[in-house]
Amino acid sequence: MNQSAQALAAHPADLATSRPTAVAASASVKLKVEDLHKSYGEHEVLKGVSLNASKGDVISLIGASGSGKSTMLRCINFLEQPDAGVITLDGISIEMRQGRAGVQAPHQAQLQNLRTRLAMVFQHFNLWSHMTVLENICMAPRRVLGVSAAEAEKRARMYLDKVGLPSRVADQYPAFLSGGQQQRVAIARALAMEPEIILFDEPTSALDPELVGEVLKVIQTLAEEGRTMLMVTHEMGFARQVSSQVLFLHQGRVEEQGSAEILDHPKSERLQQFLSNRLK
Amino acid sequence: MIELIQQYGLAYLWTDGSGFSGVAMTLWLFIVSVILGFVLSIPLAIARVSEHFWLRWPVEVYTYLFRGTPLYIQLLICYTGLYSLQVVQDTALLNQFFRDALNCTLLAFVLNTCAYTVEIFAGAIRNIPHGEIEAARAYGLHGWRMNLFVVIPAALRRALPAYSNEMILMLHATSLAFTATIADILKVARDANAETFLTFQAFGIAALLYMLLSFALVGLFRLAERRWMRFLVPTRG
Repeated sequence: MNQSAQALAAHPADLATSRPTAVAASASVKLKVEDLHKSYGEHEVLKGVSLNASKGDVISLIGASGSGKSTMLRCINFLEQPDAGVITLDGISIEMRQGRAGVQAPHQAQLQNLRTRLAMVFQHFNLWSHMTVLENICMAPRRVLGVSAAEAEKRARMYLDKVGLPSRVADQYPAFLSGGQQQRVAIARALAMEPEIILFDEPTSALDPELVGEVLKVIQTLAEEGRTMLMVTHEMGFARQVSSQVLFLHQGRVEEQGSAEILDHPKSERLQQFLSNRLK
Repeated sequence: MIELIQQYGLAYLWTDGSGFSGVAMTLWLFIVSVILGFVLSIPLAIARVSEHFWLRWPVEVYTYLFRGTPLYIQLLICYTGLYSLQVVQDTALLNQFFRDALNCTLLAFVLNTCAYTVEIFAGAIRNIPHGEIEAARAYGLHGWRMNLFVVIPAALRRALPAYSNEMILMLHATSLAFTATIADILKVARDANAETFLTFQAFGIAALLYMLLSFALVGLFRLAERRWMRFLVPTRG
């Protein structure tokens, strides 16, 4: 905790003006997460987890429920406030400051910048239910990135097509679509931000089994395009297929990490146990 | 009955010769209070659900006061109570404002309907699914953009049924205006009754007029719900 606090203090520079020295050393590292800590009251969910994502990486976070994998993903774009840790995007660390009651609040302008570059896909889709599909996809590009209405709509239709949805769904409300369609709309919404990294938080966990395939197919296409993605998932077969890196979390720590190989040849006992407990 | 209509028909609807009266006055009271109440209630509703104590608390006190006391008493205080204060009489602007019965009535109505509307909208804001707010945060919306583009549109749509109810209650509540000598529908009816002693007919016409206005209002809200609440249809079951 103390160590991480020092690390935080070592990155006081503003995103816009800093001239990062670390860039040369780790040119290929797109996103670096170091020593992330998070507690809810007495319960420590993350006990110092780290990861490095290079451009084009598809990193799967796996682990039992409660292992902290979703929390880790949510800490990366500060939907959860980490207690300590450093998040570095393109060599520039997110500045943190001491907030009330000891928590560190990220710098607002920098945080917004980070969030526009990392798009998130949620387990429960979290589409804005009062907006049509088209409005859902156009919202953030228009209101956050400042893209023109016409350009946003063009993008929206392009990405709707990309996730395999017919153009007639554009004017429908999310509640009229199936779960699989809603999640594909959510992916189109993420793509419309033209993000550098996409975060997937259990994208298929809320879907009926027969709808999982259509969503995974879309994610696979994105992986093949060389998009950088972090994905919390329970789909082991899928993780094996698309991941360039797999992180196995157990009780708030990275218990084992490596290429998708580790799913076939787990070294740690915990990962062996975890994998043997589920049907493949 | 015919004579009553001949003599008071115009007053019931439009003018009693010295200004607007009847339906015209009632609608004026209603529209001004509802529009001002609506405009004020949106920022207040956002303050009402704020996590900052000093934003939330004053609004809570305000809505508690105005929902906790009868509108008639609020009207009496605005119309007679405040003007009896020396401070009000000595301040030119206040003196001018509170000397006019219509101003006092509108003030009471606006403050009253605004208090109820704040609670309706604040409730609707709390009812927005948490995930939708989280998605907005994750996509970089915050502060006024978050409120303007996500929170308010989502809350207003969800609030429509409760809000239409409040509007109808407010329409009927404007009938208290006669106590402040405002020539609304009820005032005309009372005058007609006093003059002709056709009590049933005089008040019957007033009731009919209020009913017609309510029906029009209900119809408008039905159209609005069809348009803005379409997104909720399948979950209604």
